[in-house]
Amino acid sequence: MGLVSRGAAEAGRGAASAVDRPGPPDAVPNPTPTPPAEGADPGSSRPGMVLKAFFPTCCASADSGLLVGRWVPEQSSAVVLAVVHFPFIPIQVKELLAQVQQASQVGVTVLGTWCHRRQEPEESLGHFLEGLGAIFSHRPWFQLCRERGSKSWSCKATHWQGPASPAASGEDQVMLIFYDQRKVLLSQLHPPTALPDRQAGDTTASAGGLAAVFDTVARSEALFQSDRFDEGPVRLSHWQSEGMEASILVELAKWAAGPVCLFLACLLSLISAASACRVFKLWPLSFIWSKLSTCEQLRHRLEQLTLIFSTRKAESPAQLMRKANMLVSVLLDVALGLMLLSWLHRKDLIGQLADALIPVADRVAEELQHLLQWLMGAPAGLKMNRALDQVLGRFFLYHIHLWISYIHLMSPFIERILWHVGLSACLGLTVALSILSDIIALLTFHIYCFYVYGARLYCLKIHGLSSLWRLFRGKKWNVLRQRVDSCSYDLDQLFIGTLLFTILVFLLPTTALYYLVFTLLRLLVVAVQGLIHLLVDLINSLPLYSLGLRLCRPYRLAAGVKFRVLEHETGRPLRLLMQINPLPYSRVVHTYRLPTCGCHPKHSWGSLCRKLFFGELIYPWRQRGNKQD
Amino acid sequence: MEDEQSFSDICGGRLALQRRFYSPSCLEFCLSCPRITLRSLTAVTCTVWLAAYGLFTLCENTMILSAAIFITLLGLLGYLHFVKIDHETLLIIDSLGIQMTSSYASGKESTTFIEMGQVNDVVINEAIYMQKVIYYLCILLKDPVEPHGISQVVPLFQSAKPRLDCLIEVYRSCQDILAHQKATSTSPEGGDKIISASNRRSHSGMGAYWHRQEDKR
Repeated sequence: MGLVSRGAAEAGRGAASAVDRPGPPDAVPNPTPTPPAEGADPGSSRPGMVLKAFFPTCCASADSGLLVGRWVPEQSSAVVLAVVHFPFIPIQVKELLAQVQQASQVGVTVLGTWCHRRQEPEESLGHFLEGLGAIFSHRPWFQLCRERGSKSWSCKATHWQGPASPAASGEDQVMLIFYDQRKVLLSQLHPPTALPDRQAGDTTASAGGLAAVFDTVARSEALFQSDRFDEGPVRLSHWQSEGMEASILVELAKWAAGPVCLFLACLLSLISAASACRVFKLWPLSFIWSKLSTCEQLRHRLEQLTLIFSTRKAESPAQLMRKANMLVSVLLDVALGLMLLSWLHRKDLIGQLADALIPVADRVAEELQHLLQWLMGAPAGLKMNRALDQVLGRFFLYHIHLWISYIHLMSPFIERILWHVGLSACLGLTVALSILSDIIALLTFHIYCFYVYGARLYCLKIHGLSSLWRLFRGKKWNVLRQRVDSCSYDLDQLFIGTLLFTILVFLLPTTALYYLVFTLLRLLVVAVQGLIHLLVDLINSLPLYSLGLRLCRPYRLAAGVKFRVLEHETGRPLRLLMQINPLPYSRVVHTYRLPTCGCHPKHSWGSLCRKLFFGELIYPWRQRGNKQD
Repeated sequence: MEDEQSFSDICGGRLALQRRFYSPSCLEFCLSCPRITLRSLTAVTCTVWLAAYGLFTLCENTMILSAAIFITLLGLLGYLHFVKIDHETLLIIDSLGIQMTSSYASGKESTTFIEMGQVNDVVINEAIYMQKVIYYLCILLKDPVEPHGISQVVPLFQSAKPRLDCLIEVYRSCQDILAHQKATSTSPEGGDKIISASNRRSHSGMGAYWHRQEDKR
């Protein structure tokens, strides 16, 4: 803070006490410590410095009066919040300021005088204004003056030690910075992202002067409650002095939100209780639930809805944004789902889909059979081991036959099932997409089975080959030491080992080819499912409310400020206009992203290739709570 | 008070440096980049259309020609709005901070403001850029953890890329204002910074520092 608190800390004393320490040579030592209201603090500004006065644009055309605001000594800047008009009684002004100070914890004081006049001032007015400085003691005392109808401003900031020694007063240069009070009040500063090797807590230390201005204006809502139609003793001018604006719809929504939230929260808690009941935790059902992405998506949505309609108020602006984002995301989801539903029903696509499903499944099975026949012959001119080829081929063909029978068994019920599934689209587009992904997974179950068979066979073969290769060279794998050691084998061990090794090597191309074909098919299915999941994730996590806010009310999300120098005449103080620099869209998405299920591929490309080479099974995404197969 | 000087950038194009002196504590530099020339625009358009016409003679599909026109128009709009910078402005306000604005050819402006409390110093640094060694002006930001350390280097005038003579002009004026700001700063560390300025060679990223040494000569 200022000199006072640093001095107290140095002396090791907790309470504020009179400290006289050797600070910078030209600092005025502070004889009496002041409370957190930074009203009178002569020690922080030195003559010859430029003081900054933040002045609201709405007060630029107000009548003459007193300036009320907060003085920030560390940045030697004064933030003007409102103008008190004549006539007033100083006691009542001080009472009002004390009330505001208590309500908002902001050190609001009288900073100086404001004069908006037609021509050059009369002498008496000048003395009267200076006399006010004696009543409201504040150092430095600002005197801002503007000629009506012109752009010429004049500012003076005086430090006087009292009427007894006017010669000791010094004047400082003042820089005027205009700001739009309403925008600064409503906006929220986002400090720049911390560097990766720093902790997040450090950035708040460097938040600095402009954050103090934003903070002051945001916390002084109590000052802006009274407008010029109030019959109070003190007349104020600020951004709301023409009367508070509100929308009837917004007020009605706020009033209705209480009971609606309560009702919906009860309903949602009933649903959560029902879904958490013991029946669903039994083994077959819990296994199925964990595999289906639809259940995951429904659970995610239930959690989000519970958060939105919880009766606890949001503690921080970030939480409020998150709730709003979730609500908009759910609404958009439901709207898209209803659009999909109406499109499906209008064209009677469900019936067509049901009719087309069986022939498509038949076609896929036929293509697979052709593929297997090709593999059983001489695929791509390669010569396979006849016996193993026939065995594997017939094994897989039998599976396809089973699968086709199963599909034909299901065919009368397909249309009903699809119709009910289509209805679920009114729960949201994401649910419909998850169901689509699950249907694809179920329809290609046979490909998954073939992949597992081929991968296991190939994996066994590779392990066998590597172990026998070590035997061939006279080494073995030491499980205890986790390394390869030399070993002396008996002759018959070597003989059988080499024989088996040769057999496995000559059977390798067949197995490898089957493995390759089915892995490619499986990867294709996984890619399609992955795309669907990506789309679902996108809808789940995009912060639409924040993006809309950035588009329509860019001042609400501020990355910083920008300054513009207004017309300048020599001899007049420098005037700047402070505007809000909105957050770029990429940072909006990055900061306000909603958390998703986290179903992202955990492998890098290198580990994926390694797994493919050694025949280990790939699970492209793991959902929460899944265990290794 | 305004004056204009003409310089050149590292490739030889003409730059115009406009300096506006508002007050002893407020200074603005505006560096205008070379404009987009009719010759380059015509060349690009002709290339794209010739390629489209060549494709059209192969495929006999008129959509290619319409697509080429769309691509040219959208590409030009995108280039003017997102890539081509018209002028870059540096505004230094004593005790407030330093603001850099880039104005694109379509009128869009992108502004960054750095508060004076975060600014350690403004220096000229050397860098290896493609096959050249160039000078560039940059702002050194303070490290919140270590008071005399540097956490980040923010380069200025990255699109205009002026040569050393232009940079020296800007550098001198910046240093005047920064020195004035440090002298009247309220923090007691202000005095220490001027003394330890010469110790900062150890923090150089790459190349030499053009620093107080130059003024002392």
